[in-house]
Amino acid sequence: MLPKLFFGYFAAVITVLSVLVVTRRNPVHSVMWMLLLFFNLASMYLFLNAEFIAAIQVIVYAGAILVLFLFVVLLLNLREELRADSYIGSWPAGLVIAMALLLNIGFAVSSFVPGFSGKYTIAYIQGETFTKVLGQVMYTEYLLPFEIASLILLVAIIGAIVLAKKRTRS
Amino acid sequence: MVPLNWYLMLSAVVFTVGVFGFLTRRNIIIMFMSIELMLNAVNISLVSFGHYLQDMRGQILVFFIVTVAAAEAAIGLAIIIALFRNKATANVDEMNEMKG
Repeated sequence: MLPKLFFGYFAAVITVLSVLVVTRRNPVHSVMWMLLLFFNLASMYLFLNAEFIAAIQVIVYAGAILVLFLFVVLLLNLREELRADSYIGSWPAGLVIAMALLLNIGFAVSSFVPGFSGKYTIAYIQGETFTKVLGQVMYTEYLLPFEIASLILLVAIIGAIVLAKKRTRS
Repeated sequence: MVPLNWYLMLSAVVFTVGVFGFLTRRNIIIMFMSIELMLNAVNISLVSFGHYLQDMRGQILVFFIVTVAAAEAAIGLAIIIALFRNKATANVDEMNEMKG
């Protein structure tokens, strides 16, 4: 009973917050609601026994990505956009497409049958601690994708500098 | 024990809200935040899969998705700043030079 109560709380709060994020007129308000959404997501990951994922959700998403968004929103002067209509003219078409997608995924989920279980049971993870198990799998089985991820971050650093640099006309 | 399908439905709802925001908003920054919302919806389903199927691969995929989301946010916001320098607007309706 208690887990279902917790899940009901998280589901309600996350749904309401995500609707608030996409419907606010002022981007700063959207960023603030998204911050609250990410903290709720992190607590839901704790509920799913994924402590490390909850930590990187708070550190990377709330600490780095949202601060970047907030900087850009404050850097751009958006006074005119606040007065204009915030939705495109044909927004009902977008609503229909989104609802059709939800119906589609709903049918797919309701006919989903879980496959075989792996060897990382909850008791095993709790004995070894989650971060240790994750590290053991990542640095043995997934070493090459990990290196590729570092390359992606390098490309992002260089690309962001090149794109946002002021062009100097010679 | 909460069934796995409930988490998948929550993930579907958040993803749908993200799709709606991306399709209908005029402000390019909020469109970009909708993309982040969709990535987070995928993270919910991957973490719950990893927990219920007792496998670590779901959590490892979440790790890589967070990496890609950080890179995407950096590049995308740099593109937005470059766009704003040329047009001084965040309204996607006015960015139509490439229509040909």
